[in-house]
Amino acid sequence: MTGERRILSGGDIRRALTRIAHEIVEANKGLDGLLLVGVLRRGAPLARRIAQAVASFEGASVPVGALDINLYRDDLTSRPQPLVRPTELPVSVDGRAVVLVDDVFFTGRTARAALNALMDLGRPRVVQLAALVDRGHHELPICADYVGKNIPTSLGEIVQVRVSEVDGVDEVAVVDRAEAREA
Amino acid sequence: MSAAICIRGARVIDPASGEDSVRDLFIRDGLIAGAPETPPDGAVTLEGAGLVASPGFIDLHAHLREPGFEDKESIETGTAAAAAGGFTTVCAMPNTSPAIDSAAVVEFIARRAREAGPVRVLAFGAVSKGRAGLELTDMEELARAGVVGFTDDGSPVATGRLMQAALLYAGELGLPVMDHCEDHSITAGLGINEGPTASRLGLAGYPSAGEESIIARDIALLSLVGGRFHAAHVSTAGGVEMIRAAKRRGLAVTAEVTPHHLTMTDEWALGAGAATAGVAAPLTAAAYDARAKVSPPLRSAADRDALAEGLRDGTLDAVATDHAPHTFGDKAVPFDEAAVGLSGLETAFGSLMSLVRVGALDLPALIARLTVGPASVLGERFAGLASLAVGSPADVVLFDPDERWEVDASRFASKGKNTPLDGLTLQGRVKATIAGGEIAFGGPAR
Amino acid sequence: MTTALAEERRDARADGAAPPRRRHALDLDDFSRDEITGLLDSADAMRELLRRSIKKAPSLRGKVILTLFLEPSTRTRVSFEQAGKMLSADVINISGSGSSAEKGESLLNTALTLQAMRADLLVVRSPHSGAPYFLARNLDRMGVVNAGDGRHAHPTQALLDLMTMRRSLGDLAGKRVVIVGDALHSRVARSDVFGLRALGASVTLCGPPTLLPLDLLRGGGAGVPAAGIPGVSVEHDLDRAIADADAVIALRIQQERQEAGALPGMREYTRRWQVTEARYRKAKPGALLMHPGPMNEGIEIASSLAHAPGALIEEQVTNGVAVRMALLYQLLTGEREGGEA
Repeated sequence: MTGERRILSGGDIRRALTRIAHEIVEANKGLDGLLLVGVLRRGAPLARRIAQAVASFEGASVPVGALDINLYRDDLTSRPQPLVRPTELPVSVDGRAVVLVDDVFFTGRTARAALNALMDLGRPRVVQLAALVDRGHHELPICADYVGKNIPTSLGEIVQVRVSEVDGVDEVAVVDRAEAREA
Repeated sequence: MSAAICIRGARVIDPASGEDSVRDLFIRDGLIAGAPETPPDGAVTLEGAGLVASPGFIDLHAHLREPGFEDKESIETGTAAAAAGGFTTVCAMPNTSPAIDSAAVVEFIARRAREAGPVRVLAFGAVSKGRAGLELTDMEELARAGVVGFTDDGSPVATGRLMQAALLYAGELGLPVMDHCEDHSITAGLGINEGPTASRLGLAGYPSAGEESIIARDIALLSLVGGRFHAAHVSTAGGVEMIRAAKRRGLAVTAEVTPHHLTMTDEWALGAGAATAGVAAPLTAAAYDARAKVSPPLRSAADRDALAEGLRDGTLDAVATDHAPHTFGDKAVPFDEAAVGLSGLETAFGSLMSLVRVGALDLPALIARLTVGPASVLGERFAGLASLAVGSPADVVLFDPDERWEVDASRFASKGKNTPLDGLTLQGRVKATIAGGEIAFGGPAR
Repeated sequence: MTTALAEERRDARADGAAPPRRRHALDLDDFSRDEITGLLDSADAMRELLRRSIKKAPSLRGKVILTLFLEPSTRTRVSFEQAGKMLSADVINISGSGSSAEKGESLLNTALTLQAMRADLLVVRSPHSGAPYFLARNLDRMGVVNAGDGRHAHPTQALLDLMTMRRSLGDLAGKRVVIVGDALHSRVARSDVFGLRALGASVTLCGPPTLLPLDLLRGGGAGVPAAGIPGVSVEHDLDRAIADADAVIALRIQQERQEAGALPGMREYTRRWQVTEARYRKAKPGALLMHPGPMNEGIEIASSLAHAPGALIEEQVTNGVAVRMALLYQLLTGEREGGEA
């Protein structure tokens, strides 16, 4: 794996998520009406961790859900077919301040799909976006409100966020696209 | 008059005389000739080295469809297909429109056959008027017009009472009654054997008993009133056994079997090539192959093997093609709506050679079932059609028993392209067919 | 070519995305265990969509699905239509009556015409066994889904049966399912058998000898394991067959079978093969009772059972929509071989 660069360690991820947790509570002036929604697949564990961080310093819990966006993608016939997973929200999104949580913010198309999926579920009061990594190359007029780390990349690279719940390890790496394909 | 023909250096097999030797074969003035002292001027020479020459094949059972169904076949295309398959005589079935139930239709067919070419066309007359199963045709008038027997083929002789009358009346005329043995009260569906394959496909089947019960009926009537009973396209082991027993009792029963019942099974409905996978395997889009839908249906492997044994031991006198050409549209429908039958004249010999290769019977015996066997069903007056004796009609087929060739139905002379063999490779190919001294197919080779 | 969401390709692979996309769904006999499991997982997710107030997602936007029903059916046709519409496909219904089929146009010509109109998928119900196979081999651009063909197969009904069973019983491997009734003429039974076998369940067919495909199963005596399809047995005595069953599927009895001489009489049938309360108690506690519908209450199932809390007949209808959504999604999304995008 000569072409792989580790950008964030497990500790870096933990610190970044803790900071995002503080920023979310600060920007929303508390926990009132807050709902964290992780975008499946790796956004979901990140959302839960942010919620845990909030609980640790606020002493109160914030509801967390998981959102599957595969039925809302704009590239369903140009890629291998993704498995559809259940969307699980503990409360209605109506009137809530919803924070979408994703692992990588790239073209903005995932965020677009997530917004559409969310709107079909109800009418949130406000929607914000948190991403562990913003790698640039945005293709849509969407910006992340909370970013763990900005990582300038070329299009020939892939940013891989690994979380222990899915991948057995916490880290972020930049991988050469050709090598990623071989692996 | 046609030119003299010399077939040079072929292996000559003549079951009528028992001959099997390599020699030259001469034809002059439409007849088999003796060796001339000097070759006649303008004689056509066919190189026969490595090939087999035998009497032309006789098909007791072909659907030439004319008059009435010329979109499926005509006498012209049907006889061309016969010639391409090595047949020099074909018997036309009477399920035409109008049916062959009057002298006028018999004469029409004879005229069209003369116009078409040298292959001999004989006609079976209908047993019942309009093949309706109610009253006998004017059998003596039909006999005088030239029919060689009677059948309501496509349908069985409808009732035992009618069959009894037909055997009696035709027997007095010296002609056989051919029956398509199928008990409609047993057959739930058409075109597929009742068995695991039909159950797998969710199709209503036609069990062996549906054929056997009518064969039993006809044999019982034959022993009651006499006459001659010919069982068409026998497809079941039980049918073979009953005919074997009836022959042992000395009854005047004869029988035929088709190339497809001798070489294929009901599993061909799963799609050619899927046949070996068995009924537990997944179906493919090739399943429900309506080209393998015939009547009677393709049966089990045990039936197929019993038929081959019946052919070998002579219980089954003749191979008959049951050539049943259909249009594309007749078959381009779901299986249970498709027409029954396959276009068989041009693949018959290639299919049958597989029996010789697996040792089911030897080549002279196979030729006998294609020549003297069917001639004997037609009666003594047709014996010359199955003989290479000097002075016999010059009906000769020249074939390569080993040549491999791919079946391309689109190139059939027949209008019927309906065969599950399309695209498959057969071994054994007709090279030239001479009927009445004229080259009907092939020609001076090389 | 720049592909949006490129980094998520990795996700799709790592998470075991479906195998190369299939074009047709003709029966469950060519579905692997993994493919069925994937479909049922996806169907579970689709059920969530069914509960929403906005029952629609855009994943099949711009796809055209035709339903061609040459046999009366409300339940299955509406279920397919709803499934397609909830995923935003355009669904066009063609019925047998009033269509060109009634004017004598052949099924093949009708299908070729529909294909030329650039429809993506043809959902076909036909009274003729094998009609979807015939269409699949004659259509080169349009996928075919079998919505029931004659007495042969009904794969989406079987999928919903599997989904219903799995949601109640969990993993079906090792479970024992009894199918009682007219399995010979039942397209549901045939597809259920292949689906259950793929998931590792064992199946007992129970019914009169005239209504079971005994030649396919070989054997045919009490409890004789079938040689034809492994894991499938025959037991004519329902009291014995039902003992310790995890699920019972009662099939619809059609009156015309009696007229055709395949049944002694309805009284005798109900006496010997009706799922009664007493018989149902012999199955495992909590055993499922299912019926593909429409039901003859008091014939194949005692009326008191048909509406009992343990009966899943309405649950089956909901699952039918979900599982058809999953199937349409699987057939119409994902990379095509040859990269037609």
